Amino acid sequence: MLKIENLNVAYGGIEALKGISIEVEEGKIVTLVGANGAGKSTVLRSIMGLVKPKTGNITYHGKNLLAVKRHDIVKNGITLVPEGRRVFPDMTVLENLKLGAFTRKDQKEIKKDIDWVYTLFSRLKEREWQLAGTLSGGEQQMLAVGRALMSRPKLLMMDEPSLGLAPMIVKDIFNIIREIHSQGMTILLIEQNANAALHIADVGYVIETGLITLKGTGKELLANEDVKKAYLGESVIKLKA
Amino acid sequence: MMNLNAVFQYFTNGMDLGTFLQHLTNGISLGSLYALVAIGYTMVYGTLRLINFAHGDVFMMTTYFAFYGVSTFMLPWYVSFILAVILTGALGMLLEKGAYRPLRNAPKISIMISAIGASFLLENLAVVLFGGRPKAFPSVKVLTDSVQFGSVSIQKLTFVIPIVTIIFLFGLLYLLNHTKTGMAMRAVAKDYETAGIMGVNVNLTISQTFAIGSMLAAVGGIMWGLKFPQIAPLMGVMPGLKAFIAAVIGGIGNIKGAVIGGFILGIGEIMIVAFLPSLSGYRDAFAFVFLIVILLFKPTGITGEKIAEKV
Ligand SMILES: Nc1ncnc2c1ncn2[C@@H]1O[C@H](COP(=O)(O)OP(=O)(O)O)[C@@H](O)[C@H]1O
Ligand SMILES: [Mg+2]
Repeated sequence: MLKIENLNVAYGGIEALKGISIEVEEGKIVTLVGANGAGKSTVLRSIMGLVKPKTGNITYHGKNLLAVKRHDIVKNGITLVPEGRRVFPDMTVLENLKLGAFTRKDQKEIKKDIDWVYTLFSRLKEREWQLAGTLSGGEQQMLAVGRALMSRPKLLMMDEPSLGLAPMIVKDIFNIIREIHSQGMTILLIEQNANAALHIADVGYVIETGLITLKGTGKELLANEDVKKAYLGESVIKLKA
Repeated sequence: MMNLNAVFQYFTNGMDLGTFLQHLTNGISLGSLYALVAIGYTMVYGTLRLINFAHGDVFMMTTYFAFYGVSTFMLPWYVSFILAVILTGALGMLLEKGAYRPLRNAPKISIMISAIGASFLLENLAVVLFGGRPKAFPSVKVLTDSVQFGSVSIQKLTFVIPIVTIIFLFGLLYLLNHTKTGMAMRAVAKDYETAGIMGVNVNLTISQTFAIGSMLAAVGGIMWGLKFPQIAPLMGVMPGLKAFIAAVIGGIGNIKGAVIGGFILGIGEIMIVAFLPSLSGYRDAFAFVFLIVILLFKPTGITGEKIAEKV
């Protein structure tokens, strides 16, 4: 479905991605794990056209995505739940959702999808007319996910959706990701919470300072000693014990 | 009525009620014009964090468009006015595309210098194209006639200006709050990157923001021309500056604030002169003094909206 080959991205002089290749198959959950600053967000931002890669290819169903205009990416069925949620704080919940459907014209279907989002996140329905800026962090995250779903994506990308949320809410978010996936959505997920991400992922990539160092199924990576040490916090737990 | 007037005069240093109302309507109509221009400053600032120094000159260009429409092209005044407003919208878009878009990711100081440059360019272009000598703005009898209220006669324009302003204000609010374009404009102003993710065409939306801001200034420019029917290449400087002050006083980035600021400035300016005629030479200073006072006590302006610096 999505194929990234040899992607090189630099911010000014700093190389953030040094030639990485990633493949996302239709219907799968793929996750990127890696430390802060490894370049995970840069991968998703390149796919969305928010940064221009120096070299490399991104193809989507065989189509060169790098040639697609930034505002047309979403029309191709790709969307991003950005890092830090980035809901529009002075718009209502409903307006945020409508904005998610910005490129769509099928008003009736949009209404249906709003209801669908409300069944996924009942708390959003209760807060339909509330300004997004007044929502709690967890609710804002739900809104950010709901807003992304409003474009009817085929590929949903999420950049650290659990960041800064209470464990209870994190669980909700992961359940929702599973639920959306079971309805047929392909998901590319970035998580600090590597443990949870690898548990739900079909495929995982480990990214270190702009390079892919490991690739495997979620299970394989969970069992991998290096991954355990670096990302699953085992050493920390041992220290505590 | 006599008694009311006597009481009124007691409080107003001898000014009678009729005269006061005349000043008030004058203030409201001047304030309307400031408000219309101020909205353009505030919209552009809200979107790009840019003070569009050329905005007052865009306002000036409108009056020439309208002038030539009537005098050279012999168009009926209303056709000429509508064309002038449309042309001004195009001019605003051109300004954004030529002077600001190439610098969108440049340091703030570069884009500010570009804005000052654009302002000089328009002023000097006007001198070259239209000549430095003031011209007489076409007069439109149906609008500039006076009507008699008892002993006072008031120009119709004094009422027309606020009414037109209110109509356009509601139009703007409707556009911003109830249309897709308006939603895109609000989204881009808040967070253009995320708006882009949603599929909003950011460049187009910024272009539209300039067009709308410029067209509102154009409506103001035409009514300004009718009210003060002498147009010149530098006529946009002072109204532009005051409208900018109005936007800052109201809380820059906030449309309602710009309108409130415009009215305060217009009414204040007229009233100062009316009540303290000895200060009439300082008429233009009022805006600046008021600006300083507001900035001292409420740096974010009356509406007090905090604007986060964009990264
Ligand atoms: N806008 C930017 N300007 C300069 N450097 C950046 C920018 N965004 C990210 N970087 C750098 O690129 C590298 C990768 O960043 P990012 O993709 O955000 O990592 P991650 O999401 O894995 O934390 C980091 O070294 C970061 O400092
Ligand atoms: Mg990141």
